[in-house]
Amino acid sequence: MKRYQLGEFEEVVILTMAVLNNEVYSVTIKNEIESRLARTVSLGALHTALLRLEEKGYVRSFYGEATRERAGRPKKYFQITALGKKAMAYSKATREELWNAIPKVALKLSGPTS
Amino acid sequence: MKHSPPGFFHRFFRWYCHPKHRDYIEGDLMEVYEKRLERLGKRGADRKFIIDVLLLFRPGIIKPFRGYKNLNTSGMYKSYFKVGWRNLTRHKAFSFINVGGLALGMTVAMFIGLWIYDELSFDKYHQHYDRIAKVWQGGIDQQTHAIDGGYGLQYPVGATLKNHYGQYFEQVLMAWWITDFTLSVDDKKFARTGEFIDAGGPEMLSLKMLSGSYRSLYDPQSIILSKSLAKTMFGDDDPVNKTLRIDNKVEAKVAGVYEDIPPNNTFSKVQFFAPWPLLKMLQPWVNNRDDDWDNHFVNTYVRLRPNVTVEEANAGIHNLYADHIPPDYYKTIASDEPFVQVVPMSTWHLYSEFSNGHPATGRIVFVWLFGIAGAFVLLLACINFVNLSTARSERRAREVGVRKTMGSMNGQLVMQFLSESFMVVLLAFFLSLVFLTLFQQAFNDLVDKRIALPLGNPWFWLMAAGFILVTAFMAGLYPAFYLSSFKPVKVLKGVIHTDQFAAVPRKALVVIQFTVSVVLIIGTLVVFKQVQFARNRPVGYSRQGLIEVSLNDPAYASKLDVLKTGLLNSGAVSGVATSFSAVTRINNITGGYTWQGKDPDLDAQFVNCEVSPEFGKTIGWEIVAGRDFSPDIAADTISSIIINEAAAKYMGMTDPVGQTFTDVDEFGNFQWSKTIIGVVRDIVMASPYEPVYQTIFHYGGNARGVMHIRLHPAISAGEALPRIKAVFDGVVPSALFDYKFADEEYAMKFGQEERIGKLSGIFSTLAVLISCLGLFGLVSYVAEQRTKEIGIRKVVGASVFAIWKMLSKDFVILVIVSSALAIPFSYFLMERWLLKYEYRTDISWWIFAATAAGAVIITLLTVSYQALKAALMNPVQSLRSE
Repeated sequence: MKRYQLGEFEEVVILTMAVLNNEVYSVTIKNEIESRLARTVSLGALHTALLRLEEKGYVRSFYGEATRERAGRPKKYFQITALGKKAMAYSKATREELWNAIPKVALKLSGPTS
Repeated sequence: MKHSPPGFFHRFFRWYCHPKHRDYIEGDLMEVYEKRLERLGKRGADRKFIIDVLLLFRPGIIKPFRGYKNLNTSGMYKSYFKVGWRNLTRHKAFSFINVGGLALGMTVAMFIGLWIYDELSFDKYHQHYDRIAKVWQGGIDQQTHAIDGGYGLQYPVGATLKNHYGQYFEQVLMAWWITDFTLSVDDKKFARTGEFIDAGGPEMLSLKMLSGSYRSLYDPQSIILSKSLAKTMFGDDDPVNKTLRIDNKVEAKVAGVYEDIPPNNTFSKVQFFAPWPLLKMLQPWVNNRDDDWDNHFVNTYVRLRPNVTVEEANAGIHNLYADHIPPDYYKTIASDEPFVQVVPMSTWHLYSEFSNGHPATGRIVFVWLFGIAGAFVLLLACINFVNLSTARSERRAREVGVRKTMGSMNGQLVMQFLSESFMVVLLAFFLSLVFLTLFQQAFNDLVDKRIALPLGNPWFWLMAAGFILVTAFMAGLYPAFYLSSFKPVKVLKGVIHTDQFAAVPRKALVVIQFTVSVVLIIGTLVVFKQVQFARNRPVGYSRQGLIEVSLNDPAYASKLDVLKTGLLNSGAVSGVATSFSAVTRINNITGGYTWQGKDPDLDAQFVNCEVSPEFGKTIGWEIVAGRDFSPDIAADTISSIIINEAAAKYMGMTDPVGQTFTDVDEFGNFQWSKTIIGVVRDIVMASPYEPVYQTIFHYGGNARGVMHIRLHPAISAGEALPRIKAVFDGVVPSALFDYKFADEEYAMKFGQEERIGKLSGIFSTLAVLISCLGLFGLVSYVAEQRTKEIGIRKVVGASVFAIWKMLSKDFVILVIVSSALAIPFSYFLMERWLLKYEYRTDISWWIFAATAAGAVIITLLTVSYQALKAALMNPVQSLRSE
């Protein structure tokens, strides 16, 4: 697990970025998560996660245009790096491996339907 | 109107946010706010905005506390040290003066620091240091009306303290004086210092017992030895349970061995402890003194209970005499208001001199004196650094200009120069460590101590680090601010303010240096003059070739006449006499005398000395009136005394010979009466700085304490002593032949003053040396700066002498100013110092004249080398150099 560390919220953020595909910056990410997952996201939590992802090298950023509605401040766009994609794939693979390893009985017993 | 988010929180966000993230996050906030405005209205949007701002307040987004710095500064510091090092190596002479001067100053300061530490930790070896005290009795002196007293106590005081004041004291211990005894085992004899003390002594002093226990001395015929003494006496054998003899009178069994008490302790001289009952066997007259409130002759030590302060104990025992002396006797001394107090161990060493009954002063004066002198020597070295750095500022001015143009701030340049001074001080410190190790032995000899460098002690290094920092700041602060204050435009144009006022602080510092030096020199000269003055004082007898032998063995008593004849027949001796005590010491002062025409208020205290009739001839005293004792006149033994001149003066007699001298007891009852048959020239027995005490000499039977032997003038001491020893060994084989030369004993009285003289001599030499080093640096700088000017002057026709005069004049004036400042100051200081001596020299004008002249000459010598070098330079060369 050392190679690709990805926290739960970080994973949500990076997946959302992949969903968005373009116009990826904090406000769009925030809106996307809030509408899809029905959870509120504060800018503080989001920016911290983004900074962490950037530190880890999973995303890179570049400054975009400044608009009037942003009081003349630039947007900071994000893009998933190759390493980021690997991390996502790794994360998905590990989950799947674990899912596959669960015996059917156990799922049934603890599942909400039983 | 356009809506904007709450201003306070907006500003709060901009304040705390890391500048790197501030802009785009602010953009996000604004964009979200705009959208919310449409959906939720102003209030809702504001509320959400506030929540967002507060939730953004988290690590990673907040700017760092220490300001926003993205630079790695270690490279900068590296370059500071590199530039500093290059500057040092480029100007080797200046660096030598700086580092060498500072190292000298720091060495002195560190030696003194170690010395002070040693003094302050005196007696701290004992675990109960805080609670040990010695009992002191005092009363009002009827003549001076001040409180006077001493440690000598009446015998019953100890028991009274124990029985009636036990609430203050955990231990009360009777003890004898710390003196020399002769220990013998088989036929080996050793003169050793020891202490007779109650059995609880080892526990009070928390001795480290190597064998035996704190109960060892409870056996009245036991003794415990220091490890080194046990080794000398018994070699590698186990000393325990061996028997030895003390003064050839009593036997004692070794009950234990303790670790030697280290040198900086009151009890360090004590090499054995023996129990108090044994002393009573050794000195039978000490017995049956339980009700004797008249004789003051024992010491009493106490250990306070843990929660009792010295003040409480003193208040409690103050009235011991009034409450416990039999009333009819107390009446006779009540007017003196006698009292007792305890003097804590912490004051024994540093505050050994009493003033009006309180420990007031003593060696603490030297702690202060040397501390101040050391600080000054260090200050002088720091001044050198300041002067040389500011004087040579021109060399660094361009660098400062360029650094400032490139964006260095004042603060950064200050840091740069401080780090350079730190580097110099660090170098000096390591050099001074070398000096410390080299001169450690010499220093210890000088101050008569055994101070080791605590190189393994982490506290030493901590103190050293603090010391380095303080010195670096003292030396570097002013230059750092001075150098960093240059204006870059001016400096780079080549205009540096070298007007005459720039040199004023430098001149003031030179004046300080030489003032301190001159004060120290004058002080040294006065101390030596005082010592010389006391040395040249007529002592009233002849010290050369006179030896004293202590008659501390009972076997002497019956053999004195045989011994005398044997010595005289040996041919090595020209005179033999005995007396009660040594000539170089006063042992016995008693009062209660009267004579015709006595002033009734006079206390009439006299030194009493019982001598044999040959005493005067042997020591070589000088009879000024009357005659000497004669063995042929029988009456001399019972009814004659000889007095000294001081006594004649004290009694107010112009023609004392033939007068009657009477002894009375404290109730005024007649004891005896004798006739004065002669007057002798004053003999200096006690301190050579004090007036001679009035003394009476008896021809008496008690003259058996010390034997005085005058070596035959025709025979050398090396030849005479073995012959004398042979006589002693033949007549009294049991006794130890332990002799002392009178002139050596006398010379020891000057030890303290000579030590001060030597130390202040060293201080002033170093002060002068350091000041001259600085001066040398300044002159060479000035000469270098004025090379062109000197060249032109020479071309125009100036003589070498004129140029030498021009360069030297300024400095000589500074030194003269310093002398003018130093002379009144040192006169004031030294006059006060001399006041404490009764027999003192005067401060003559020639000391000041000689010192001032000496300072000017030394200055000229220092300056002339560089001045002449500059003056002799060929102008062709100096003008061509560019």
